[in-house]
Amino acid sequence: MIRGTATALRSELMGFSGIVERNTYIIRRYIWWELAWFVWTLANTLSIVFIAKGFEQTGAKIDVNKATSWLLIGALVWSYLGMVFGLLVEMVQWERWEGTIEHTFMAPLSRSMHLLGTGIFGVLYGLVRTAALFVVVAFFFHLSLPGADYVAALVVLLVASISFIGIGMMTSVLPLISPEKGVQLGYIAQGLLLVVSGVYYNVSVLPGWMQALARISPATYALRALRSSIIDGKGVHALWGDIWPMIVIGVIAVPLGLEIFRRGERYAKRHGKLKRSG
Amino acid sequence: MSSASVLSQSIADRAVPAVEVFGLRKEFHRREGLHRRRVIALNPISFSIARGECVAILGQNGSGKSTLVRLLSTLLLEDGGGARVFGHDVFREPRRVQRLINRVSVEASFFKRLSALENLSYAARFYGLPRRETNVTIPRMLERVGFPLDRATGPMEDLSRGMQQKVALARALLTTPALLLLDEPTTGLDPRSKLEVQDFIREVRRVHDATVLLCTHDLTEAEELAERVGILHHGELLCLAPPDELKRRYGAETLEEAFFSATGAVLTEEEEVR
Repeated sequence: MIRGTATALRSELMGFSGIVERNTYIIRRYIWWELAWFVWTLANTLSIVFIAKGFEQTGAKIDVNKATSWLLIGALVWSYLGMVFGLLVEMVQWERWEGTIEHTFMAPLSRSMHLLGTGIFGVLYGLVRTAALFVVVAFFFHLSLPGADYVAALVVLLVASISFIGIGMMTSVLPLISPEKGVQLGYIAQGLLLVVSGVYYNVSVLPGWMQALARISPATYALRALRSSIIDGKGVHALWGDIWPMIVIGVIAVPLGLEIFRRGERYAKRHGKLKRSG
Repeated sequence: MSSASVLSQSIADRAVPAVEVFGLRKEFHRREGLHRRRVIALNPISFSIARGECVAILGQNGSGKSTLVRLLSTLLLEDGGGARVFGHDVFREPRRVQRLINRVSVEASFFKRLSALENLSYAARFYGLPRRETNVTIPRMLERVGFPLDRATGPMEDLSRGMQQKVALARALLTTPALLLLDEPTTGLDPRSKLEVQDFIREVRRVHDATVLLCTHDLTEAEELAERVGILHHGELLCLAPPDELKRRYGAETLEEAFFSATGAVLTEEEEVR
């Protein structure tokens, strides 16, 4: 009994490592495209962070260093979420295009390991890219963040990632049930999540109904806690008020994401949508 | 009892057929303007395949061959009837069935920028094979299918169709499937590659005692490789018998004549070219 469970667990972990291995190969083979995407993300981030400098030019009285950091954190979270969601939502579409979708879905790989492997790879990949982006932009603007608590920021991002993976799983079902437009719908979901979460502004400026949505978005707590840790130097203990809601949302979002994907997969199998299109 | 021991027990039980299909039915709905049209892909079909046997299913494009393979591959859900692979219900126990099968389809499906080694390596992991094992078995399997190892690290997109198909065979055999599903594995290959793939299918049956379901519209291939040949036409399995019996039944001298006699079909230009 114990031996059988250990064998099954070993097999699951092996499947999980197969997903991570495959994504690592893909990134290695498309390394120049990775560089191009990094430049694009950098340009995007700079264009947002320059807004703080622009305001100073109009004569507005603002703390440029703080405003720059505030916008930078919003842009970084947008970029990070884009990477995690992007990998999850494109998982099906990419396989459909390459023609491997049938082989992957007929393999004895549990869907939870498939999705978690993709999500966790997305988190690791996103952390590396986001850290690189942060360093480059901070250097570019000569940002001074002497009191920043980077350990707390990392903890916040990791805790937020659990719920981001769960929500990403929900969006990753879209290309499965709509091969033509599913990916685009995933990006719409990402945009909607961030717009109600105060990505470049305080949630308090939003209309009441949007503020209500902000309360159930993990990005709201992630953005607020990241700003508190990096700009105000608050530690994990002081951020607990934002961390626990993210844990609760994550505990709900991951099983919900898996269940939604499972239902989507059944729909795709029923209607013959689990096939290549490239 | 662990799932692994349940699986090995099901394969060891010689009385259980490799494949049992009973009243299996599948239909799709196609959108035509504002309306949805029901298309029957498989009328209820029933047959079984003994373990170690090779059965070929012949049929024109759209006859339902690929639907049958995709149903047995756990990629589609049935609309009626059922199917068992080594005693396991394909639609209720898909994970157990998935451990017993593998498939080679008409398109060698790979991540084109990845190498043969990379594609085989991650795919093997999905079947629970550890790296220390695949480091040895992947090169050995590639050699067995006649794939030049010096091409194994280059991108798949630089390989010919024939070479890609050999890698697809290696991928399928890496997991030592008890049931091999072949969906037009030689379509589009040059004559030499075609013969090599066919020789390899024979070897797999001889060495691994694998059961083979071969879907093809190559009549010669079906006759040479399979013990029994079935004719699938518009989703209906018209017959399933040894080639000689089929010829007798339809008063034909060749399997081709028997096929046309059974289906009343005429070769399309596309198939003549093939």
